[in-house]
Amino acid sequence: MNMTMTGTPYTPAKMPESSYLTDGYSLRSWLLTKDHKRIGILYMVSLTVFFALGGIAAIIMRLELATPAGDLVRADTYNRLFTVHGIVMIFLFLVPSIPAVFGNFLLPLMIGARDLAFPRLNLLSWYLYMLGGIITVGVVVGGGVDTGWTFYTPFSSTYSNSNVVWTVAGIFVAGFSSILTGLNFIITTHKMRAPGMGWFRMPLFVWSMYATALIMLLATPVLAITLALVGVERIFGVGIFNPALGGDPILFQHLFWFYSHPAVYIMVLPAMGVMSELVTCFSRHRIFGYEFVAFSSLAIAVLGFLVWGHHMFVSGQSVYGGLMFSALSFLVAIPSAVKVFNWTATLYKGSISLQTPMLYAFGFIGLFTIGGLTGLFLASVAIDVHVTDTYFIVAHFHYIMVGGAVMAYMGAIHFWWPKLTGRMYPEWWGRFSALLIFAGFNLTFFPQFILGYLGMPRRYYSYAPEFQALNVMSSAGATILGLGYVLPLAYLLWSLKYGAIAGPNPFRAKGLEWTTASPPPTHNFAEIPIVTEEAYAYHDMDAETDGREVVAGEDRP
Amino acid sequence: MDQGFRLFPKEASTIAPQVDLLYFFLVAVTAFFTLLIFVAIVYLALRYRRKSEAMPPETKTDLRLELSWTIIPFLITLVMFGWSTRLFLKMSTPPKNAMEIHVIGKQWMWKIEHPNGAREINELHIPVGRPVRLIMSSQDVIHSFFIPAFRVKQDVLPGRFSSLWFEATTPGEYHLFCAEYCGTDHSRMTGRIVVMEPAKFEAWLAGVAPDETPAKQGEKLFTTYGCMACHGERGPTMAGLYGSTVSLADGSKVVADEQYLRESIVNPAAKVVAGFEPIMPAFQGQLSEEQIVRLIAYIKSLRTAAGGEANP
Amino acid sequence: MTTDHPATLDAHDKGPHDSGQPRPAPYGLAHHFEDLGQQHEAATLGMWAFLATEILFFGAVFLAYSVYRHAYPQPFAAASHHLYLWIGVTNTAVLLTSSFAMVLAVHAAKTGNRRQLVGFLVITILLGMAFLGIKGFEYYKDVQEHLFPGKIFNLHDWEAGFWPVDVKSAAGIEFLRHAELFLVFYYIMTAIHATHMVVGLAIMGILAVKAWRGRYTAEYNDPVDMAGLYWHFVDIVWIFLLPLLYMVRN
Ligand code: HEA
Ligand code: HEA
Ligand code: HEC
Ligand code: CUA
Ligand SMILES: [Cu+2]
Repeated sequence: MNMTMTGTPYTPAKMPESSYLTDGYSLRSWLLTKDHKRIGILYMVSLTVFFALGGIAAIIMRLELATPAGDLVRADTYNRLFTVHGIVMIFLFLVPSIPAVFGNFLLPLMIGARDLAFPRLNLLSWYLYMLGGIITVGVVVGGGVDTGWTFYTPFSSTYSNSNVVWTVAGIFVAGFSSILTGLNFIITTHKMRAPGMGWFRMPLFVWSMYATALIMLLATPVLAITLALVGVERIFGVGIFNPALGGDPILFQHLFWFYSHPAVYIMVLPAMGVMSELVTCFSRHRIFGYEFVAFSSLAIAVLGFLVWGHHMFVSGQSVYGGLMFSALSFLVAIPSAVKVFNWTATLYKGSISLQTPMLYAFGFIGLFTIGGLTGLFLASVAIDVHVTDTYFIVAHFHYIMVGGAVMAYMGAIHFWWPKLTGRMYPEWWGRFSALLIFAGFNLTFFPQFILGYLGMPRRYYSYAPEFQALNVMSSAGATILGLGYVLPLAYLLWSLKYGAIAGPNPFRAKGLEWTTASPPPTHNFAEIPIVTEEAYAYHDMDAETDGREVVAGEDRP
Repeated sequence: MDQGFRLFPKEASTIAPQVDLLYFFLVAVTAFFTLLIFVAIVYLALRYRRKSEAMPPETKTDLRLELSWTIIPFLITLVMFGWSTRLFLKMSTPPKNAMEIHVIGKQWMWKIEHPNGAREINELHIPVGRPVRLIMSSQDVIHSFFIPAFRVKQDVLPGRFSSLWFEATTPGEYHLFCAEYCGTDHSRMTGRIVVMEPAKFEAWLAGVAPDETPAKQGEKLFTTYGCMACHGERGPTMAGLYGSTVSLADGSKVVADEQYLRESIVNPAAKVVAGFEPIMPAFQGQLSEEQIVRLIAYIKSLRTAAGGEANP
Repeated sequence: MTTDHPATLDAHDKGPHDSGQPRPAPYGLAHHFEDLGQQHEAATLGMWAFLATEILFFGAVFLAYSVYRHAYPQPFAAASHHLYLWIGVTNTAVLLTSSFAMVLAVHAAKTGNRRQLVGFLVITILLGMAFLGIKGFEYYKDVQEHLFPGKIFNLHDWEAGFWPVDVKSAAGIEFLRHAELFLVFYYIMTAIHATHMVVGLAIMGILAVKAWRGRYTAEYNDPVDMAGLYWHFVDIVWIFLLPLLYMVRN
């Protein structure tokens, strides 16, 4: 057996003659497509734009924070910047990111279906997302909004004189996109699996999509209606959440976090799903503890609904309420720990290759561990009292969301890039920017833990001079991080034309998506595959065919 | 204020070292697991790096392993929970003899009033070695009173009291921050906490005290707003009320703390005292935040006048 | 809800595959489903999932409403008292009847009776429109009486006895504020409900036209079935709203 170097395509491949990409080149053929793969690509392009917007806001913020005095922008501008940064990054980038791009693209492929259960609904989701996104970003052009992404009342409902109503309208609309995507995934997973694809043969990515979809379906409507109430309160001047008019501001916080805590799991569960795919493929090993990883996703989804009050430890909720939420928050950490340990154990006796996606996967495990464990500081009420609303929180969630979820998203882009486009990304550049992102990330956000414990409050645009040194480090790191994100943008675009042709399965990965051509044909599979083995059965992968029973496209005689 | 570069905040309250101890425990746990994972990954990635295209053999899931890495973290979190809960309960029960200071937050300043009527803005002078309890409310949006050196923080809400206590241990000047985002100048809603030796503090207090204490001013308001007209006859007496247990018309009992007094004035219908008609008008919107605070100070002063025998 | 129109199912959509035994696509089957059974199950489950979302959507408002009703029992009762219970009850009857007509429509669809299907759909729609009409009339009467939050409510000179308190007194002002909060919820909840009705009516209008053109058969009638589920759900929401809004006692 004389195999080629790692990373190069297994079969001397050529591009398939027809694929979902060749199925029409007009703008119209894209904008009216019902193909889940094309919709995935539509999301990918729009997400990139929103990420860049959010990132640019972050860079301006970091520049401002390089000096203690507020000298670059005005206080009001700064407040608008972090608000738009938070809103765009959460609602328009990270919540949709992996589900909307890779969930859409891969879910049907992974379970051997021709499409999602409701293709038209899927397209509608994208339009809702774009509409919501355009309204939200349009607000920035029209003067911005300065409430923070949390919209705490009565500031947002009465005192802020920025454009709150339009912003919540935008998020409301985008929320329905999330709901419909979740619905589509649930039904697809239940009803569209190929023959033989039992629940415990599904790739873990599908499990995590399923858990995510449950949260999207059940939590998002609460956010939608809550924001709608804020809008009504502002428009009609009534007092739903304003104590001066008989309302209760804490009720708003309960309703908001009832969505927004589960939402953090909307952001991390898909990332965890990606991790399971990456770790298995690049160690050529079945996942350690499949059932444990699968059920921990569901455990996170369910427990995640019970801990919202941990964002309100100092808000004036009752002491015992606080303690209950604290206990439950500790509990929800356990399934995450289970996952981390199982991924690590998967490496044991594997055949490990450090290609770009695997570097991102390692980055995820490390940074998520730090981010998650600092979550335990926050779940300890006695410590949270000191660090809440300081940079410690900012560091905690960036570690999980940027260090964790965005890393996983980047890993996913590199891993499935050949499947999406039919071409390889340049390996050296891939590794280089993965390392750059890792370094830049830690330099940006690690100092923020120290700042937070020192007591620097968040959402401060000017600060006490003794905090400067650490802030300068953070700002310097952000520049490196920004560069780290721009590089992939450049070389991936380059690879669209010049990248090596990938062939159906360049990484010799398991999973039905790798049994069809890259890029896949419009209807995914020549024939609906019949599944006869569990997921990640690397050990008995046939070296000749890479386990491909059905090979569509050019490989088919 | 010492503004030199540092990596760890000053400890200047009785609670601070205890919070820090728990913090160090968590740092140790975090460091341990992070290193564990890190070392494991690096080791495994090198030890089992890909040497050939042959597929590695299967490894079986090990139930004992799975259980141990479920149960051990669980036990560790139990320790964290127990420890933090004990500490938090301590942090949320103010000592009985605490000195009480009123704080009012508004966009974007802190107004502070001492029991003897001394007032400060964005500054709080306190003696070392005496527990202090802050009774706080906001005139507009939510703020948050945060003293990093004391490791304490509490949101300050409109239309309701919240409280916070601490006991300073080291004289000096410390930061006061508003930690809940409250609009344009949120980052300028800052100030100083000045901790003084008791003797110096008394001298300072005597120097700034006005003629009238808040309780005295409250007494006047009690007359001007017509509270006198009812209380004593048609309404319950105020003497000895504060701190006592009140029986309500619906059969339940409440302790008459600041929050209860506030509610009884602002929205009396919410909790009606047993044996009385709900005829008292609601004063919401009629009284400013400061006036409410003074009325309450007055009612509280009557506790001592009545010798506290109304306390069961 | 979303099943592809049969006309879009040209040969290309079926793809070159299904090699071996080219089986004729059953009428109404979208290309990505294997058979009508699968498609039906997917649609049904999808509808239920959607209703779960809806429950949480309404649930949050119901929760907020309950919190305030608990906090301000008297003002809520007083304000509720001024709503027209008889209109509410009438509307309940109208809506229940329309739900019944919908049941018959679904039955007609399942038995492949096109004329009955169209007929019952039209009855359902007419009753739904009647509901909205009556509701509009009720809103009109409410606003006439200044029972509408905001300026209309606050700048009005309430005649003595309309509220069980002296509205000029401090307590009265407070009372009015909370009564106004009740009205806020009354309008929000009924408006969301009405919006759902409008959407339902639009859907059923389309169904009726398609049914008229004979697009549904005894085998393929998922859209009618799903619309039925949705309509019953809207009906049930109303059943909850009636006591919560019109029959508040303190
Ligand atoms: C993707 C996003 C994400 C995720 C996954 C998490 C995960 C967790 N979060 Fe975080 N969180 C946020 C995003 C996220 N968070 C955001 C955005 C905020 C701030 C919002 C705002 O105010 O703007 C926030 C705020 C926040 C708070 C409120 C702080 C405050 O405002 O005062 C708390 C408090 O309990 C908390 C706790 C936790 C916990 C316990 C977890 C756990 O799920 C973590 C579990 C993971 C691990 C524990 C690591 C892996 C485990 C091991 C390697 C083994 C060892 C384990 C043990 C010993 C247990 N988070
Ligand atoms: C997914 C979520 C997400 C992501 C990815 C990020 C990414 C980053 N965040 Fe953000 N952040 C939040 C979510 C996120 N953040 C949230 C929710 C808040 C709270 C908001 C609130 O308080 O309300 C917050 C707040 C927040 C603060 C605190 C502000 C304050 O409290 O005063 C800071 C400060 O340093 C910060 C920094 C950064 C930086 C440096 C990045 C970097 O990782 C960004 C790096 C990216 C780039 C630099 C873009 C790269 C450029 C391109 C891809 C293309 C450019 C192209 C063209 C020009 C054509 N963030
Ligand atoms: C019209 C008569 C009336 C006026 C004026 C009035 N009260 Fe009252 N108040 C009552 C009655 C009757 C009660 C007991 C029933 C209840 O709790 O509502 C009461 C209860 C209270 C209580 C709770 C007492 C307890 O024992 O728990 C407080 C505190 C109070 N009033 C303070 C005030 C203050 C301060 C003012 C003036 C700003 C005021 N009242 C004006 C009639 C009045
Ligand atoms: Cu006051 Cu922030
Ligand atoms: Cu949370």
